[in-house]
Amino acid sequence: MSTTIEVNGQARTLDLDPRTTLLDALREHLGLKGSKKGCDHGQCGACTVLLNGVRVNACLSLAVACDGDKVTTIEGIGQPGNLHPLQKAFVTEDALQCGYCTPGQICSALGMLEEVRAGWPSQVTDDLGAPIPLSAAEIRERMSGNICRCSAYPQILAAIEDYAGDAA
Amino acid sequence: MSDQRATLADWAKPNPVTDNRSGLIGKAVDRYDGPAKVTGTAAYAFEVETPSPALYGILVTSRIAKGRITAVDTASAEAAPGVRLVWTHLNIPETFADPEGKVGFAKTHFPLFRDDRVRFFAEPVGLVVADTFENAVAAAQLVGFTYEVEGPATSMDTALDQGEIPTGDPDLEMGDFEAAFAASPVRVDGIWRTPVINHCQMEPHATVAWWEGDVCVTHTSTQVLKRSQVYVSSTLGIPQDKVRVFARYIGGGFGGKVMNHWDLILAPLAARALSQPVKITFTRHQMFHATVHRPGVTQEVRLGANPDGRLTAISMMTWSHCDSAGVFTEPASRFARNLYAAPVRRMGLRRVRLDLPPPGPLRSPGEAPGMMSLECAMDELAEQLGMDPVELRIRNEPESDPETGKPFSTRQLVRCMREGAQRFGWDRRAPVPGQVRDGRWLVGMGMAAAVRGSAILPAKAGMGVDADGVVTLSQAMTDIGTGSYTILQQIAAETMGVPLEQVSVNIGLSDLPPAPGSGGQFGAVTAGSAALAAGMSLRKALAQLAAEDPDSPLHGGPAEAATFQDGMIAIGNRSERLSALVSRAAPDGVYREAASGPAADQGAWDRRSYGAQFAEVGVDTVTGEVRVRRMLGVYAAGRILNAKTARSQLTGGMIWGVGAALTEGNYPDPRYGSFVSQDLASYLAPTHADIGELEAIMLDEEDPKANPLGAKGVGELGIAGSPAAIVNAVHNACGLRVRDYPVTPDKVLAHWKSNPLPLAARGRGVR
Ligand code: FES
Ligand code: FES
Repeated sequence: MSTTIEVNGQARTLDLDPRTTLLDALREHLGLKGSKKGCDHGQCGACTVLLNGVRVNACLSLAVACDGDKVTTIEGIGQPGNLHPLQKAFVTEDALQCGYCTPGQICSALGMLEEVRAGWPSQVTDDLGAPIPLSAAEIRERMSGNICRCSAYPQILAAIEDYAGDAA
Repeated sequence: MSDQRATLADWAKPNPVTDNRSGLIGKAVDRYDGPAKVTGTAAYAFEVETPSPALYGILVTSRIAKGRITAVDTASAEAAPGVRLVWTHLNIPETFADPEGKVGFAKTHFPLFRDDRVRFFAEPVGLVVADTFENAVAAAQLVGFTYEVEGPATSMDTALDQGEIPTGDPDLEMGDFEAAFAASPVRVDGIWRTPVINHCQMEPHATVAWWEGDVCVTHTSTQVLKRSQVYVSSTLGIPQDKVRVFARYIGGGFGGKVMNHWDLILAPLAARALSQPVKITFTRHQMFHATVHRPGVTQEVRLGANPDGRLTAISMMTWSHCDSAGVFTEPASRFARNLYAAPVRRMGLRRVRLDLPPPGPLRSPGEAPGMMSLECAMDELAEQLGMDPVELRIRNEPESDPETGKPFSTRQLVRCMREGAQRFGWDRRAPVPGQVRDGRWLVGMGMAAAVRGSAILPAKAGMGVDADGVVTLSQAMTDIGTGSYTILQQIAAETMGVPLEQVSVNIGLSDLPPAPGSGGQFGAVTAGSAALAAGMSLRKALAQLAAEDPDSPLHGGPAEAATFQDGMIAIGNRSERLSALVSRAAPDGVYREAASGPAADQGAWDRRSYGAQFAEVGVDTVTGEVRVRRMLGVYAAGRILNAKTARSQLTGGMIWGVGAALTEGNYPDPRYGSFVSQDLASYLAPTHADIGELEAIMLDEEDPKANPLGAKGVGELGIAGSPAAIVNAVHNACGLRVRDYPVTPDKVLAHWKSNPLPLAARGRGVR
């Protein structure tokens, strides 16, 4: 099926098997291998990308269902030599070890910060009426869809806080 | 390169790493591979560009644990769209067993699909290769196997008396344990159980392979390149130098990628048959059975003590399971030989054969599960004695190895405990459980000791400098997230006296000088010591080059007096830039290789890293949930090579401890011989929300008897003892002693049914 997706600002038209996930379309058809496959079942977050600005698990989305959508992958966020401030914070805080979950963590964090800004509550939000504080508890809770088996969680928290603090 | 082994006296001499003139050793340098990883440009095995489009292979796994394949139907799979090949034991090309059986812990892996027997659940029994991933996945469902099923043995409890003593691991018997135990006025006697733990590396095992003439090129997810190379060459029956194994980036190992699996053989085999690159990845579900895991361990700990807290007798016997043909035994009681003084000692390992998938090493084999019993037993003993748990351990601190009498190279366990207690606020711990309440939470503190061996293994490395003055370190080493790239960069820069930016690290390829890879927390010190040796050899060559070059300002100077700093080589007050020397006198560059390994007289010393773990937990009085509020680890692990990456290794290990204490475990299903959890939704590795405040402190230490760097391993130390600290904190919070890991809410609630909450915990709290 012919499918057109705007990937990192560029319209890409692919002829796809309808069973192809968005993740495999990116990795196997467009050569964008920064989005990782950790489980292929929506259980690890390694494949997180931004779909029309919202974080999604690319392994749970069929590519043909994304026809006409805008996708941002890690490759669209920053490149070596031109790191996004959050990517920089990940390096400075050592918020990674093996690095396999890292692109997903970064995409997820960017999506998460937008969700907080938009006032979406989480499990740990106390007051649904008030503006949501970007507390450690909120970040930990909201980033829990991204498993890091190397367990860089404390550094990931620090990197997100550094970035959010600078951006504020 | 000399074959003469170094001695401790050689190691005691100053060297560029211990001198650390530029201060690069130990510095919190950013990860060398950080930018590539945060931008997604680091290519892991499955993602490597192939010379022509690759085909996709999918493993077909058995649906029984034990029995025989009686019929195979591949017709519909072969007829499915895009399918290029379907292999089972009936038609796979011949492969060879590794003649020495040295390559894997799990000998069942050789050769592949060897017969109609099924030995464990989800054992790979077939391969489908197709033009697309989707076609391969669909066709794999169509391969039909008919089985004759035999009932699998899955219960360790009923098989304990059949435990084998592993070859080369006889029991330790010092004195008459039963008599000494019976005569001890204070005793702890218990059985602890730790379940199967799955590695769950975020990157599943994967290989892409192709052939360049008769040379087999593979990119795979491995911790040990040389082992992988031997595995491919011996299984395919081709010379070792016809196999190239690449692993530039590895998405986590934790011991599970020390061994190789079917992907590494089937991909080259299929690529050869189809004359096209083939890539194979395990699915997440396959990762739970068809790889390895830490086996479940049943642990009997018996402690006898005097009323003053001195241990009179200590016994630790552990049983772990293994598949029918494997050789792996979890060395869970081994560390106990060394940890505490007691005149009468008994330790032993038993291996129990079950029809479960093959076990293997997982982060800190032995110490990680073993300390989960002994360190809780020590807490129980402290309680019986009415003694502080830190004090009890200090009282039983040995002066030398209690088994062999060998002196310790360095051992700062007591200092770790004292400093940890002070920083953590241990004096605020209420000695009687159930005294501290915070809203609906009962709060408690616990601690445990940590120990993990620190070995150096033989390795080689190459160091070169080119006409631009760029130093390149070459080694068949891996970085599984441990920080190898970065510490090698630091060691190369410090040794050659150049800035970090002037160093290029070339690792992750089997062609390069051999190193034993990553594992057993020997990686950094082993690879780093070889890098230092190569650097020393290169320095010598460059000094000679300068001294003999009439155009060099250093001409005629004493080569042995050369120094290297700020990108310059100098003899006395004469100096020139490295790049100037090399571009003029050796425009193709200068390159030297050197070897390093254990010192000849090193065995006279006992060498380990130590630490103390502290945890504060809250136990929810309504749901029984346990949450770790804060944790502190204080460690003494020799010279720290990189404060940043070492800290990440240690806190990472501590978080594995949180999982082991509270959520992680897998259990055999007795009906099918499978594991109950087969995905990341049901196997509960820690997530971000499970982790509270966490701190790792590294004490100043140098251990010149460990290796020439004076460093020791940190990769596995953080997981040792940390689960016990948490479980001891649970007891301090609410009075519960769980000996059956992990401490899940159902166990807490069941305990409260029979043991009502302590008075202070009911109603309004005391805090
Ligand atoms: S790969 Fe998509 S969530 Fe794991
Ligand atoms: S960095 Fe390895 S899984 Fe997160």
